[in-house]
Amino acid sequence: MTHKNLQVEAIEQGSVIDHISPQQGIKILKFFQFNNKNEKITIGLNLPTNNGESKDLIKIENLFISNTQANQLALFTPNATINQIKNFKVVHKYKVKLPTSFIGMLSCPNSNCICRHENVKTTFYIQKNTTLKLKCHYCEKSFDRTFFNELY
Amino acid sequence: MNNPLFKKNIISIADLSRNELELILNVAKSLKETPQPALLKNKVIASCFFESSTRTRLSFETAVLRLGGNVIGFDDANNTSLFKKGETLVDSVKVIGAYADAFFIRHPQEGAARLTAECVDIPVINAGDGTNQHPTQTVLDLFSIFETQQTLENLNIAFVGDLKYSRTVHSLVQAISLFSCNLFFISANTLAMPDYILEALDKKNISYSMHKSIEEIIDSLDIIYITRVQKERLHETEYQHIKSVFVLKKSMLSNVRENLRILHPLPRIDEIESDIDSTPYAYYFQQAKNAIYARQAVLALLLTNKFTKGDEE
Repeated sequence: MTHKNLQVEAIEQGSVIDHISPQQGIKILKFFQFNNKNEKITIGLNLPTNNGESKDLIKIENLFISNTQANQLALFTPNATINQIKNFKVVHKYKVKLPTSFIGMLSCPNSNCICRHENVKTTFYIQKNTTLKLKCHYCEKSFDRTFFNELY
Repeated sequence: MNNPLFKKNIISIADLSRNELELILNVAKSLKETPQPALLKNKVIASCFFESSTRTRLSFETAVLRLGGNVIGFDDANNTSLFKKGETLVDSVKVIGAYADAFFIRHPQEGAARLTAECVDIPVINAGDGTNQHPTQTVLDLFSIFETQQTLENLNIAFVGDLKYSRTVHSLVQAISLFSCNLFFISANTLAMPDYILEALDKKNISYSMHKSIEEIIDSLDIIYITRVQKERLHETEYQHIKSVFVLKKSMLSNVRENLRILHPLPRIDEIESDIDSTPYAYYFQQAKNAIYARQAVLALLLTNKFTKGDEE
C-alpha cells in the first residue's frame, strides 16, 4: 500500500510524465533542466507496470510541459504519456509524438560539420527505417540517437 | 513552363528531382552543340575555393568564361580574411554575395555550401563540401552516361573500387536511382557500399547485386564507373592487395558490348591500364571535358530564365 501511494501521490497542479522508458528518467530531468527549477519534483525509477515491465515517472508541480518539450521527449521515450493536472485532476492526457525535425536542440556529432564551427541553429530530420536516425540539415549525415551527447 | 531552377541553389543531388536533372542534361547537350558565348555577359560569378582543387575550379571558371561571364574569387583560404583575421564564414560570404550574381563554393567542412545559400540572396552552387556533396560532378557523370548511351533508362551500370568512401559514387548512385537501371557493385568487403545506400535502393525497388570481380559481369555492362582506391583509408598490405585485384585490363574487354563506356572521376592511379585509353570504350577524358558543359548548364539555368523544360534548344 505504501509502495502504491508513492507512485500515485497526487499533485495539485503541474505535469506527470508517465510510461518513460527505463533508464531515461534522469536523462530527461537533466536535458530539460527540470531539476534547476524550484518546483517540487518526484521521480520514480524502474517502477513496475501492469504488464510486468518497468518504467520511469516524473511529476513536476506548477509546470506545464509545452508542445515543443513534449515532442522533444519522444526522442528519449517514444511511448511516454503526459498528464496535465489542475486541482488534483487530470485535465489533459496525451502521448508524446515524434516531430519531423528538431531545431536548435542537438549539436551535430560530426566534428567537421559547419554547424560546429559557425554560430547557427542546428536542424535534424527524423528518419525512420529499421532504426530511428537523425539526419543533419547541414552535413546530411545520419546518426543513431546514441551518437548525441545530449541524449546519452 | 518556367525554368524551375532559375535563381535556385545547387547544394545536394538529393535536392534535385528527375525532371530537374533531365533539364540540366538537355541544356548541357544544347550548350555543347551550340555554344552561347554571350549568355552570361555582364554577370560576375564568385569562385570561392576555401580548399584547393584543380579540375573543379578550372572547369567552373572555364564554364563561366565560355558563357561570356566574369570571375572573381580566390583559390586558397589562406589569403582570405576568414583565415587571416578570424572572420566567420557567414560574414565572409555575405560580403562576397553582395558583389556577385552567383556563387560557387568549395569548403573543407560539410554543410558550408548550404549555410552559404542561407546567407546570401544569389544562387549558390556547391563545388564540394568536405566529404558530403559535389553535385555538379554527379551531373557531369550523368551527362556522360546520357551522351554515350542516349538514355538513362534500363542500363547495366557497374561501380568498381572504393564504394565505401567515394563521394562521387554515392551521389551518382543516388541520382541514377531516379531512373530504372540495374546496378552492380564490385569491391573488396572492406570497401563495400554502405548499408544506408543499399537501404535507399531497396526502398526504391532498384535492382542491384554485389560481385567480387569485374570479369563476372563485364560482358553484360553498358557503363563501368571505376574509382581510385584511396591509400590513406587502408592498411598498406590491404591496399596493395585490393589495388592489384580491382584493375581494369584491356584483355577483359574482348567480349564486351559495343556500347560499353568506361568512366572515372579522375585522378586515376593504376586501376585502369593505360592501353585501354586508346580503345573506343575509354570515355574518362571526354567525361572530364563534359565538366565544362555540365557546369555551363547549371550556371545558365540558375542565372537565366531562357531554358525551359522541352525547350532546351
